[in-house]
Amino acid sequence: MNTTIEDPPYLRVVDLKVRFDTDDGQVRAVEGVNFTVRKGQTLGIVGESGSGKSVTSLSIMGLHDARRTRISGEIHLGGRQLVGMPEPALRKLRGSDMAMIFQDPLSALHPYYTVGKQLVEAYQVHHPDASRAEARKRAVDMLGRVGIPQPDRRFSSYPHEFSGGMRQRVMIAMALMNDPALLIADEPTTALDVTVQAQILDLLEDLQREFNSAVILITHDMGVVAQVADDVLVMYAGRVIEYGTVEQVLREAHHPYTWGLLASIPSLHGDAEVDLKPIKGNPPSLINVPTGCAFHPRCAYALVPGACVDVVPDLLELSSRNGHKVACHLPESRRVRTYEEDIAHVGVAQ
Amino acid sequence: MLRFVVMRLLRAVSVLIVTSVVTFSMFFALPADPALALCGKSCDTTKYERVKHTLGLDEPLVNQYGDYMKGIFVGRDLSAIAGGKFCEAPCLGYSFEQGELVTDALKRTYPITLSLIIPAFILYLTFGIGLGVLAALKRGRAMDKFAVGLSLVGASSQIFTIGFILVFIFLVTLRISPPPSYTPLTEDPLKWASGLWMGWVALGFVSMAIHTRLSRAQMLETLSEDFVRTARAKGLSMRKVYGKHALRAALTPMVTQGGLEIGTLLGGAVITETTTSVNGVGSLAVAAARSGDLAVVMATVLISAVFVVGFVIIVDVLYAVIDPRVKLS
Ligand SMILES: Nc1ncnc2c1ncn2[C@@H]1O[C@H](COP(=O)(O)OP(=O)(O)O)[C@@H](O)[C@H]1O
Ligand code: SF4
Ligand SMILES: [Mg+2]
Repeated sequence: MNTTIEDPPYLRVVDLKVRFDTDDGQVRAVEGVNFTVRKGQTLGIVGESGSGKSVTSLSIMGLHDARRTRISGEIHLGGRQLVGMPEPALRKLRGSDMAMIFQDPLSALHPYYTVGKQLVEAYQVHHPDASRAEARKRAVDMLGRVGIPQPDRRFSSYPHEFSGGMRQRVMIAMALMNDPALLIADEPTTALDVTVQAQILDLLEDLQREFNSAVILITHDMGVVAQVADDVLVMYAGRVIEYGTVEQVLREAHHPYTWGLLASIPSLHGDAEVDLKPIKGNPPSLINVPTGCAFHPRCAYALVPGACVDVVPDLLELSSRNGHKVACHLPESRRVRTYEEDIAHVGVAQ
Repeated sequence: MLRFVVMRLLRAVSVLIVTSVVTFSMFFALPADPALALCGKSCDTTKYERVKHTLGLDEPLVNQYGDYMKGIFVGRDLSAIAGGKFCEAPCLGYSFEQGELVTDALKRTYPITLSLIIPAFILYLTFGIGLGVLAALKRGRAMDKFAVGLSLVGASSQIFTIGFILVFIFLVTLRISPPPSYTPLTEDPLKWASGLWMGWVALGFVSMAIHTRLSRAQMLETLSEDFVRTARAKGLSMRKVYGKHALRAALTPMVTQGGLEIGTLLGGAVITETTTSVNGVGSLAVAAARSGDLAVVMATVLISAVFVVGFVIIVDVLYAVIDPRVKLS
C-alpha cells in the first residue's frame, strides 16, 4: 500500500439516510450511517439480508430511482459531494471513478450481448475518443488480467457460455475497465460455489493491491470479512451497530449482534455442521422498526423493560479511544466480560 | 443451424400432409356432393354417373387424394371440366362454384386479404408496442394512465363494435371517409388506404390493446432487471440504457408473439373479413364450405396451414438468431 495516514479518505459518508415511499408506508432503509474508506483500503460491510447494505452502496453510486427515494446526508467521493449532484455530472463518475460488482453475475450481464461488446461499451462511455481497436485491446487485457483463459477468444462469448465464477470475473473486468478509485462489491461471492468464492476474493485482493483502489465489500458472511477486510462496519436495521478495524470487530466484538454473526461463521469452526448458531428470529421490517435498540426483540442480553426498549443507542467510541465504535446500552465492562466468557472461544480468535 | 432449419421444415411438411389428409377425408364424410350440383336440373342416373366419372369421384378416395397431390407438384389435366385448360402446377383444382381454377380465385382474393391484414398488423404492432413501452417509461404519469385506459377499452371491445362505431362516426355522421371498399394498391394507393383504413383500425384495435399491455408489463419487468442496473452503473445515458439495453431484452419475446399472430391472422382471414366487410379469401372459403366446393375448401385450409406452420418456423429460426441463449437442436 502506498497510502499514508495523512491521505484524506477517498470516500466519506456522513449521516446518510435513505427512505423509500411505498404503498405500505415509508421504508427507513438507512438511518444515519457514517464511514470512510481510503485508497488501498477495504471496508467490509456485514449484516443479515435486509439490513440496508445494498441500499447504502446503491446510494453511493446514485442508482436509486430519484422519484421514490429520499436521500439525505453527505457522500464525498474524492472531495465531491454526490448527494444532490445533478444526474449528468454523476453519470460521468459512474463506471469511471466508482464502479460496482453485483451478486449474481448471470443476471447482471446483458444476456443478448457478447461480453466483449459489454466491456467495450464500458470503456467507450468514458473514453469517447478511443478507437474500437483500443477499446477492444483494453477489454481483452482486462479479461486476461482477471484470469479468463484465452481472453482473445472469449471476448466474443456470451455471458451464458461462462461458468458462474468466470462470469463474476467478467463483471470484475468490466468494473475495472476505467481504473475506478472506488470499487463496490455487493455480495460478489454469495451466488458462487465455495471453492470459487475463495478464488474470487483472492482476485479482488490482488487487483486492489495492483490498482490501489478503495474497496467496499458487502457480505453477510463474517468469514469473508475475516479474509479480506481492513475495517468492518456491522449493520442492523439500517444502522451501524459496530465499527472498527477487522481485529477489533472480529477479536474484541462488543455488540451482541456481532457476537451472533461471529458464532455463525461456518468456515472458521472446522466442522461446519456442529457449532453453527444462527441468530434466533428474523431481522425486522424497515417500515416498522422496533423501538429503542432495533435488535432488542432478538437480544439475549436486552435490558427489558429499560433503555433497550426505549432509547436508540448511539454509536459511541470505546473508552480506550482507539476508533472502535459500538451502539449498545450494556455497560462496556459487562460486554468485555460476556465476550471473553461466552463468545471468544467460538469466535475467530480460535 | 442448417440441420435445425431442415428438421423444422421436415416437421412442418408432416404437419401439412396430415392437415391435407384430414381435410380431404372430412370433406367426404360430409353430405356435400359436387357431382349432383354440377349435374344440374335435368339430372338422371346416367348423366349423374357420367359427371361423377368425369370428376373422378367414382375413383377410390386414395386415388383421388393422389391425383390432387400430384396436381400440386406437376400440374394436372382438367380439360374435361375446366373448359379445355390444362391446370399448371401448383394446381389446386377447379372451383365449380366460382367457375374458375382455384389458383385464379386465390389470385383474385388474396391481395384483398393481404391488404387488410398486413397493414393492420404493422399498425397495431407499432402502436401497441410503442404505447406500452412509453407507458412503462412514464410509469404512473399521464401517459401511462392514458395507455392503460386505452388498452382497457380495447380489451373489452369487439372487432364488430369498433367497426360499427367507426362507420357511424366517419361515414354516417362526419361523412369524411368513403365506405369500406377495395382498390388495388398498385392502382391508387390513396384509394386503397382510404377504403381499407376502417378495416385496419377495427381489426387492429383489440390487438393493439393486448400488445400495449404485454409490452408495458414486459418493459416494466425488464427495467427492474439487474443488467439494466449494470448498464446505469457503467455510466451510460438513459437513452442508451433504455434504447440499447432494456428495449432489446423487452422486445425479443414480442417477436414470438408477433410472428405467431401474423400466421394466425392470415390463416384466420375468414373471421376478420366477415367482420370488416371486405370480400377476400375469407369470404371465398365461407362460400365454398357452404356449397361443398371441395377444391376451394382444400386450398384455403392448406394455405392457412402453410401460413401458420411457416410463421412458426420463421419465428423459431429468428429467435435462435436474436437470442444467443437458444440452443439449436
Ligand atoms: N427500492 C426500494 N423500495 C422499497 N424498499 C426497498 C428498496 N430497496 C430496498 N428496500 C428495502 O430496504 C431494506 C434494505 O434492503 P437492502 O439494502 O437491499 O438489504 P441488504 O442488507 O440485504 O442488502 C429491505 O427491507 C428492502 O426491502
Ligand atoms: S442495546 Fe440492548 S438490546 Fe440492543 S444489543 Fe445492546 S443489550 Fe441488546
Ligand atoms: Mg443486498
